[in-house]
Amino acid sequence: MRILSKSFWLQVSAPKAFYPVAGKLIPWFTAIAIILTLVGLYMGFFVAPTDFQQGESYRIIFIHVPAAWMSMLIYVLMACYAAIGLIWNTRLSSMMATALAPTGAMFTFIALWTGAFWGKPTWGAYWVWDARLTSELILLFLYFGFISLQAAIDDPQRASRASALLALVGLVNVPIIYFSVKWWNTLHQGSSLNLDKGSSMEATMLWAMLIMTFAFWAYTIVAALLRVRAVILERERHSEWVGELLGVGK
Amino acid sequence: MRRRAEVLTVVFFFVIVVSLFPLGVGPEIETLRLIAPGVIWVAALLASMLSLDRLFSADYVDGTLEQMLIAAQPLSVLVLSKILAHWVVSGLPLVLVSPVLGMQLGMDVESIGVLVVSLAIGTPVLSLIGAVGAGLTLGVRGGGVLLSLLVLPLYIPVLIFGAGAVEAVQSGMEYGAHVSLLAAFLITALLLAPWGAATALKISLD
Repeated sequence: MRILSKSFWLQVSAPKAFYPVAGKLIPWFTAIAIILTLVGLYMGFFVAPTDFQQGESYRIIFIHVPAAWMSMLIYVLMACYAAIGLIWNTRLSSMMATALAPTGAMFTFIALWTGAFWGKPTWGAYWVWDARLTSELILLFLYFGFISLQAAIDDPQRASRASALLALVGLVNVPIIYFSVKWWNTLHQGSSLNLDKGSSMEATMLWAMLIMTFAFWAYTIVAALLRVRAVILERERHSEWVGELLGVGK
Repeated sequence: MRRRAEVLTVVFFFVIVVSLFPLGVGPEIETLRLIAPGVIWVAALLASMLSLDRLFSADYVDGTLEQMLIAAQPLSVLVLSKILAHWVVSGLPLVLVSPVLGMQLGMDVESIGVLVVSLAIGTPVLSLIGAVGAGLTLGVRGGGVLLSLLVLPLYIPVLIFGAGAVEAVQSGMEYGAHVSLLAAFLITALLLAPWGAATALKISLD
């Protein structure tokens, strides 16, 4: 199997080789994202039963919870890519970290925004200074810091190395968000989904939420690949293959 | 920070920011006492952040930093000594002035004691975390504003537990846990921040 050999991965992870591969992957993941979003939203809004305590307003969790998960997960993923780029000096992983940051910031914002809309009917306030909300807000600031540090430094290599270090320092926040509902006595409720105890929610609700999570995953992949293709072109614009691809030069 | 005036600027900034609150919020001593821990802590945080800019910049401009980079001693140790020296001239004065400001805002003696302790443990953490940000933004245009964007989110836990300790003692609760957590932050930061700042400097001077 070619796909299992190390040299295959080394070849694909060169920006020049990855550019067409990413182009081929994008339509597939776009289709997956669209189908899963439609299925997930249909299940969430029409199939899943009404919550006996919260009424219809609980349905925002089908966006809120997957977005919150993705916000943390993308940060960890981004920090991993950044660390790989920092340690082994691989160009593509730094580019992937750059490409993931705006999507992560977007999901963090969505999680906070939908949370505010859910909080108004349920808690009676759009915003409370609760540990989980505050730490999620810090996560948004960390994404902004990462993006602006990268934008401020002209040399792309120095920019990605500097922002990689920042991403790694900010990584301490992720466990704080995740465990905040356990460590502090917060207004935000604990997780409804536990690996050891199983789920405390109805099966259709759970499925709708999981499907939405996979839809967001597929969306993240599409957005990151689209962006990484642009980043590859921008950073390799002086190389020969980009010139040939765009039909300029010679 | 090689001039006496620079040290005084940080202290005056701290005093002025705290003095603005009675003017803005109103002179009712009950309200002031309630917000005092937060106000003093936020002012200390801003003051220490403003002085971060000068932690490495003078050495960067005159080339000392490059000499430090190729020195026989590990860079992280040199950076740690720089951070400690920076704290002595920019953080310690804030700790020493804070009792006066606490009295101005109507805090009682016990709360002032806890305030001084929390600032004494907390401000070195601010300098240590800030050093990483200062290293990363060295020589970057618009570095000052960028530095605050990078560093302030990381300061938030210190602010929460520092001000939290003083608020706890004011409302008659146990403050030991807050102080212990601050001390834990200090130990962790002492361990990791010099290394992080050294890495940041190596990236910036590459």
